Amino acid sequence: MPKVKIPRKSTSVDMTAMCDVAFLLLTFFILATKQKPPEVLAVKTPTSVSATAAPDKSILITMTKEGKVFLMFGDETKKDKIIDDFNTTRNLQLSATELNKLKKMQFIGLPINKLKGALDLAAELPASQQDGIPTDSTNNELAMWMRSVTNAYAGGDQRDLEKTLLVKGDGATLYPVFKNIKEAFKVNDIYKFRIVTEGEQVPVGSELYKTGKTIK
Amino acid sequence: MAEMDTSSGGGHKKGPGVKKGKKLSTRVDLTPMVDLGFLLITFFVFTTTMSQSTAMNMNEPKDDKEKQLKVKNSGAMTILLGKGNQVYYYFGQLMPETISQDFKSTTFKGIRPLILEKKNNTNIDDLMYIIKSADSSTFKNSIDILDEMAICTVPAGHYAEVPILPVEKMLIQQTELANGIK
Repeated sequence: MPKVKIPRKSTSVDMTAMCDVAFLLLTFFILATKQKPPEVLAVKTPTSVSATAAPDKSILITMTKEGKVFLMFGDETKKDKIIDDFNTTRNLQLSATELNKLKKMQFIGLPINKLKGALDLAAELPASQQDGIPTDSTNNELAMWMRSVTNAYAGGDQRDLEKTLLVKGDGATLYPVFKNIKEAFKVNDIYKFRIVTEGEQVPVGSELYKTGKTIK
Repeated sequence: MAEMDTSSGGGHKKGPGVKKGKKLSTRVDLTPMVDLGFLLITFFVFTTTMSQSTAMNMNEPKDDKEKQLKVKNSGAMTILLGKGNQVYYYFGQLMPETISQDFKSTTFKGIRPLILEKKNNTNIDDLMYIIKSADSSTFKNSIDILDEMAICTVPAGHYAEVPILPVEKMLIQQTELANGIK
């Protein structure tokens, strides 16, 4: 009936509240997810079906695809011990300031003969300019570093060391580098370690998929 | 005189010589902003949860030579990793008339049914996968083959990484040459 007029109410909704909530959620997610330190070395790790989470504070050995090896210590207290031990066993004769500077460095990627020179520089060398720790069989300096690591962890549980030891490598790194890293571990009686990989779905229909379990 | 009608309902903003006769609406439609906000949230939710680095366990054999001697030929499968993501394999031990025995598979997918077949046909006590990597293979190849062991649920202790033998290196090189170095 044309006579009845339905009073029309405004249908426009005030979006301010929704917008506020949206940005609050956004801020939450940005801050709540752990801010990993920016990857100093761009390494594209291979994938694996393993589902164990990588430990937070770890001794990380990184291999870039050129074959350079870098060492990073996550645990500050152990880091100091390890560097001090390395200084004394290798007889580097670093001064106190140089030692402190070495302890503050984000990662170690130089052979011993270049270490002192780099410490005298004002700014830290970027990863691309560092040669990496030598790992070839004639001069496996990584083995020397691992000796200091085992010394720092001596007296404690070997399994603690095995849990914090991580190897991260680029998928394209050639096998000999990995072999030399394993050698460096073997001479120090380290037979178990972990490899950082990207997550991968268990292939459907495979044996592992049928068990329904995930690798922990 | 002809009059110019300048009052066009607030839609015009720029017009030559237009005087603001009518008040312009200050209401901004917030819909696109909310859309962007939710897009960004979704982005962060997905990128941070999906890029979790996982750690793969790795056990190295202590005594290399001893382990190889104890393996029964009937239960052994040797997997060799070569250049260009190539995988070679043979069962048991290499005999002088090996060239026909030394097969190859192109992808890691190809090796999986073979691993499974071996696993199903062999007594678990005799089962041993011997993994050897050539210097021309990559780290990814090593991780992938260890992953295959996990995917095929090969129990720990039934596979090991050992150094490659010179005769195997030669065989790989010959096969690579024969097929055009891939």
